[in-house]
Parts: sequence; C-alpha cells; structure tokens
Amino acid sequence: MQEHDISFVRAEMLANAPPPASERGIVRWLRINMLATPADIVLTLVGLLVVLLIVPPFLNWALFSAVWTGPDRSVCATLAQGGIQPEGWSGACWAFVGAKFEQFMFGRYPIDERWRVMLVAGLFVALLTPLLIPKVPRKGLNAIVFFGVFPIASFFLLVGGIDIEMFPYQETASEQQVTNGVVESLIQDLPKTAYYFDVELPYVETSLWGGLLVTLVLSFVGISVSLPLGIILALGRRSKMPVVKMLCVIFIEAVRGVPLVTVLFMASVMFPLFLPAGVNFDKFLRALVGVSLFASAYMAEVIRGGLQAIPKGQYEGADSLGLGYWQKMNLIVLPQALKLVIPGIVNTFIGLFKDTSLVSIIGMFDLLGIVRQNFSDAAWASPQTPMSGLVFAGFVFWIFCFGMSRYSIFMERRLDTGHKR
Amino acid sequence: MASQETLRDDSASRSSILYDPKIRSIVFQILVFVALVLAVGWIVNNTIENLRRANISSGYDFLDSRAGFDIAVALIPFSSDSTFGQALVVGFLNTLMVAAVGIVTATIVGFLIGVGRLSKNWLISRICTVYVEVFRNIPPLLVIFFWYLGVLSVLPLPRDSIELPFYSYLNSRGFFFPRAIWADGAWLIAVALVVGIAMSWFVARQARARQMATGQTFPVLWTSIGLIVGLPVIAFFAMGAPLSFDYPVLGTFNLNGGWTVKPEFLALYLALSFYTASFIAEIVRAGILGVSHGQSEASYALGLRAGQTLRLVVVPQAMRIVIPPLTSQYLNLTKNSSLAVAIGYPDLVAIGGTILNQTGQSIEVVAIWMVVYLGLSLTTSVFMNWFNSRMALVER
Repeated sequence: MQEHDISFVRAEMLANAPPPASERGIVRWLRINMLATPADIVLTLVGLLVVLLIVPPFLNWALFSAVWTGPDRSVCATLAQGGIQPEGWSGACWAFVGAKFEQFMFGRYPIDERWRVMLVAGLFVALLTPLLIPKVPRKGLNAIVFFGVFPIASFFLLVGGIDIEMFPYQETASEQQVTNGVVESLIQDLPKTAYYFDVELPYVETSLWGGLLVTLVLSFVGISVSLPLGIILALGRRSKMPVVKMLCVIFIEAVRGVPLVTVLFMASVMFPLFLPAGVNFDKFLRALVGVSLFASAYMAEVIRGGLQAIPKGQYEGADSLGLGYWQKMNLIVLPQALKLVIPGIVNTFIGLFKDTSLVSIIGMFDLLGIVRQNFSDAAWASPQTPMSGLVFAGFVFWIFCFGMSRYSIFMERRLDTGHKR
Repeated sequence: MASQETLRDDSASRSSILYDPKIRSIVFQILVFVALVLAVGWIVNNTIENLRRANISSGYDFLDSRAGFDIAVALIPFSSDSTFGQALVVGFLNTLMVAAVGIVTATIVGFLIGVGRLSKNWLISRICTVYVEVFRNIPPLLVIFFWYLGVLSVLPLPRDSIELPFYSYLNSRGFFFPRAIWADGAWLIAVALVVGIAMSWFVARQARARQMATGQTFPVLWTSIGLIVGLPVIAFFAMGAPLSFDYPVLGTFNLNGGWTVKPEFLALYLALSFYTASFIAEIVRAGILGVSHGQSEASYALGLRAGQTLRLVVVPQAMRIVIPPLTSQYLNLTKNSSLAVAIGYPDLVAIGGTILNQTGQSIEVVAIWMVVYLGLSLTTSVFMNWFNSRMALVER
C-alpha cells in the first residue's frame, strides 16, 4: 500500500473548546433557573423584591440593631419611651431573652434544685442519641431503659419528695465492732462527712414547673402514651367485635371533631367533677391526660391507614401459620403497617409538640406561656420585648419540629425496603 | 384477651369452650361493656354528688338568664341584657366568620405557594420552600401572638394612624375603612348580580353542549365576566348610583364612623390563614406531583397547549388527591379558631369560657362546644365528600 502524505490533516486531536460564555457557570445557571422566559424574569424580579423587603430589615432587626446585653428595659427603649436608644430605633431585645433565659427553660423551678432538671435533660440526650443513630447496637435494651427506666427516674428526680438518709459510717462501725476492733478505730479516725450520706430531694410542686421543661415533659409523655394507645384504638376500630369497634369509633371521632382547647378545658374543669370528693388531681397531670388522649385519637387514624394498606394476604398468611391475634399483629401486621406510616406518625408527634403550647390557655406556663408572661414584667416591658420573646420561642419550637421532620425523612429512606415500585 | 382467629375450627369434643373464638369474643365484649357501664356510672354518680355539694343545678335553664357582659365583636345585636344563649350564638357566628374568611385566604395563599414550590424558577421555589418550612414548624398559637403582640399592638396610636388608600386607616385599635351605605334601589344591583350569575351558568351549559355536539368552542370565561360584572354596573348607573360612603374621621382618641376590624380578629385571621396555607401548599404540591408525567406528555401529544393541559388534564386529577386532605385542613382551621380565647376574640370557646366561669355550668358548656364543633366537622365533611364525588374520575 502506498502512503499518501496528507500533511494538511492534523495528526493529533484538538483539545475541547470551552463552552460559550453564555453556556457555562453562573450565567448558564441564571439563564436556566431564573431568566428562562419573560414570565420567568418577571417572577424573579417579584421574588427579589420579596426577599429585599423581608430579609435585610429582618437581619437588621435581629442582628445589627439588636441589643445583646443590658440590665433592664432602658437598653431596649427609645428616648421617648424612657430608654437610651435614639428615636426611630427598632431592633431585637436579646438582652431580655438573655436575662430571662433560665426562666424560659425551667419556669419557677427552685434555683437550688435545677440541677435535677439538668440531670434529667442530660439523661434524656444520652439515652435518646444512641437510640436515634441506627449504627449504635443494643437498641432493645436502650429502648427499654428510655421508655421504662428513664420516665420513672425522671419522675422521682423532677417531682422529688424523697428523703433518704444513710449512715454507712454507723452501720459499718457497729458491724465492725464485733469482728475487728482495728478497722473500727481506723474508720473512726476518718472525717465523719466522708461517710455521711444524705440524699434529699425536696418536693417540687408541678405548679412551679415551667418553660421548656413543661413543653418537653408534656410532649415526651404525650408521645410515649399516644403511640401504644393509638395502636390499640386503631386495632379496636378494625376489630370484628361490634362493642369494641363502636367504642373506639366514638372515642376517635369525638376527640378528632373538637379542638384541643375544649379538651383541655374539659380536662381542667370537668375531671375534678368526675372524681369522688376529696380526691385531688394535679393540674399538670390533668393537662397530660388531656394532651395524651387527644394525640391518641389522631395517632389511631394514622395507624389505621397503615393497617388498611397491608394486603389481606398478610393477615391470611399469619392465620394459616396458626398465629393467634396478638402474635399475628405483633409479628406480621404491625411491623409492616407502622413502617408505612412513619411520616404520619412523626407528623402527629410534631403536631403534638406544637399543641403543647395550648396549655398556656388553661393557666400553665410552658415555653410560650412563660415567654408571654414575662412581657408584662415592668422591668423589661418595651415595644420590642414581645417580638423578641416570640421570635426566640418560635425559634426553639422550630428547631425541635424541623429536627423531627428531617429525622423522619431520613428514617423513611432507611426503612424503605422496596414497597415503592 | 379475645382471639379472632376464625380458621381453626375444632369445635369437636376435645377442645375446651375457653378456646372457641366466638365465645371468647362475646365474653370479652360483655366484660368491656360491663366495665364501661360501671365506669360511667361511677363518674355520673361522682358528678351528681359534686354538683349537689357545689349547689350547681344542672340543665340548660341558664341559657335564658341575663348575660351581664358585653361582646366587642357581634354580628347580631347584643347587649349585656341579652341572654347567655344569645351570647353563645354570637360566639358561634364569630367562629364561623373567622373560619370562613380564613379558609378562603388560606386556600388562595396555599395554592399559590404550593404551585410556586414546583416552579422551575429557583428563587420562587426557594422562597416558597422557606415559607412552608417556617410556618409548618411553629405552633399556631405563637403565630397568633406574633401578629397580635408583635405586630398589631405596636402599631401607632389612633392619632398617628397609618393612612392607606381609599380612606382606610391602620392603627393599634384595628383597621378602619369606609362603610358603604346603599340608598333606595340598591336591591336592583343585587338582582342584577344574581341574574348575571344565572345567565353565565346557562351560557356555560349551552357552550358545553354545543362543543360536545359540534366541537366549536365559545369564549365562556369572557362572556361570564361580562355578564357578572357588567349587569350590576349597568344597574348601578341605571338607578343613579345609589351608593355613598361613611368615611372614618379622626377624632381625639379614636377614629369615628366607617367600619372597624378589630386587631383581635385581624391577628387570628392572619395567623390562621398563613399557618394553614403552609399545610395546604404541601397538599397541593403532593397533588400535582401525584399526577404522573405521562398524563401531561400525552396531553401535549394530543396538541393541547400548556394552559389547557393544566386546566383539563392535570388539575382535575390532582384535585382527586388534594380534596380529602384539604377537607381535614379546613376542619383544622375551624378548630384552631378556638385559639381565639388566648387573645380575647369572642368566639364560641371564649364566650363559653366566660359563661363557664360565671355560672359554673361546666358540663353543659363543654357539651355545647362538643356538639357545635362535631356538627361543624360533620357538615364540612359531608359537603367536601359530596364535592369529592363530583370531582372524582368516573371509573368503570
């Protein structure tokens, strides 16, 4: 074969030319995402206007003009209002939030006893965190401790009324006296305080509780009661026994049909009427019962949705294996049904968490209630105080609710074993 | 516990009667029933005892006695000489009013935000996402306080009112705007409006029938707008403009005349609308995403334009998904309107609470609440179910 010398043809490949300027980087992104059509341009302009109207004033209010420290209301009020700020000043009064922070967290819980609340909070975090991280082992034990031991321990820690005195020193001494005189003399030489042991947890009335403590206790109890109760109600509603079914339907529909405020009013006004004379029912406990029952009804409907989504073959399969009713439900139906409705369950939790703020209407001081109560504190009352306090409370609520919803999305993805095609 | 297994049929001599599912179920139900009767009897007994000791006579006679308190917002005439029963009616109407106005606003805002979240425009979809995530995750009560304590109560005093167009004023006492006073002959305008609506309905029907028969379309929308707006306008001028306004006038301490919307109502209305709108937005988004992509592609393939695709193909199918959860959001909004009690807007619960404190008739008042709210829930569900069955696709 004869080789042709075609020197005008390039031997090597050209490097890729970069895309035109309008087709790369931020310009392309802007053109596709914000300026695609004339209508899009208008929308973008409207959006920009909205952002400009809201974001800079808010940042200015919340950060740049805000007051971060100060002894009393004068730092958060203008000259005309009796403060030190210039006329026309508007900024957040974080000094108010800072000064009242402990109250927002604990309410009127005695200052000397607040370590108990902190301890419970620490335990809560220490037990909940491994429960939420899928990789950490021993989920069963963890759950038992979290839902079984922890509530009892926190009950005694928070309510108190325990007085345990121990005198290991004296006991040991009397024992040792008989057996060994040398040890006895050794112990007696030690300072007495080292062996004197006195655990005293004074009783703290629930009317002193407040702030985030109340919000979290209400939601924790509400969540841990409403899930099992909701499952039972949902099973009852799908039961073949007419009496049971009717009772569950009536309860669920009656509770779901009325606002939580009326349920709480009912709990605070009517429960005392229902009980024999002389039986006193703690107000906090009444609110707890009201909130839990209310959430159970909603939970029951969510779980019923899951139960209905399980194909009939699963029930029949369980029956044909000879499983009893509770075995069938526990081993076959509920694990599948609950997994299907995780988003709904978490939504109910979030709703419950938000709804705890309603107890302030029946005169309890949850986070929102105590923030609101502090608006009338003469030492801090200024036009900026309510907004600052509410933004703070809103932020705390938002963090919890947003966290829950993100975690539910994460779990949903993790547990998705291929029901969706 | 009763077992419900029905497949095991060993009623033969061997098995004990204890293991017969039917008998177990009956025994269990009898036990539940007896326990329930005992519990209710115990509660009723205690209640009667407690009421007797507190000298409260039960019954609904208190509804006819003099209320002795005044109500700031009343749609029907009410004074402190009116009865408790009338007070409750006023409260009920106030609940209905705020719920109705709130539902309309929440639906409009929610649809806009929900569609906006799906927009291809990055900025718009981000703004809508932020809106939804913010409002969905804070308690409605906090939103109400935000508007009431944070915004409306720090507005200027009446003498420094913010002036708005159309002789309206905004200040810490509420929103003031001119009141329309209709002179004689205004009824004709209302009649014209009704006639206009009736005629557009008729035109729409005819146009549909014609399109079905011949395939020719008719500009129904523009005709309807012309009829519904045009006829009343013609009537208005034909009667010599029988309309004058009562403008709010700045007095020493307050604005006089005109109509006032109290800040309590505004706060509740704005909070409920904005809060519920975030949920409605998510429902709408889910509904639109729930219509499979093939539907709109097929519609384009048939030659329908984007607007027609949306109106004739996507929205009707999305509505099927949207309506049931939308109903429950409407009910939630109605129930959340009871939060009015926290800022003193006189709704059913707030007035009921006042009556409860004055008379001590807690059982009766709570019973009235229950009945009214359950009634509202059931009515709304029935209406929305009817609407749903109208909208649902007819399947074989």
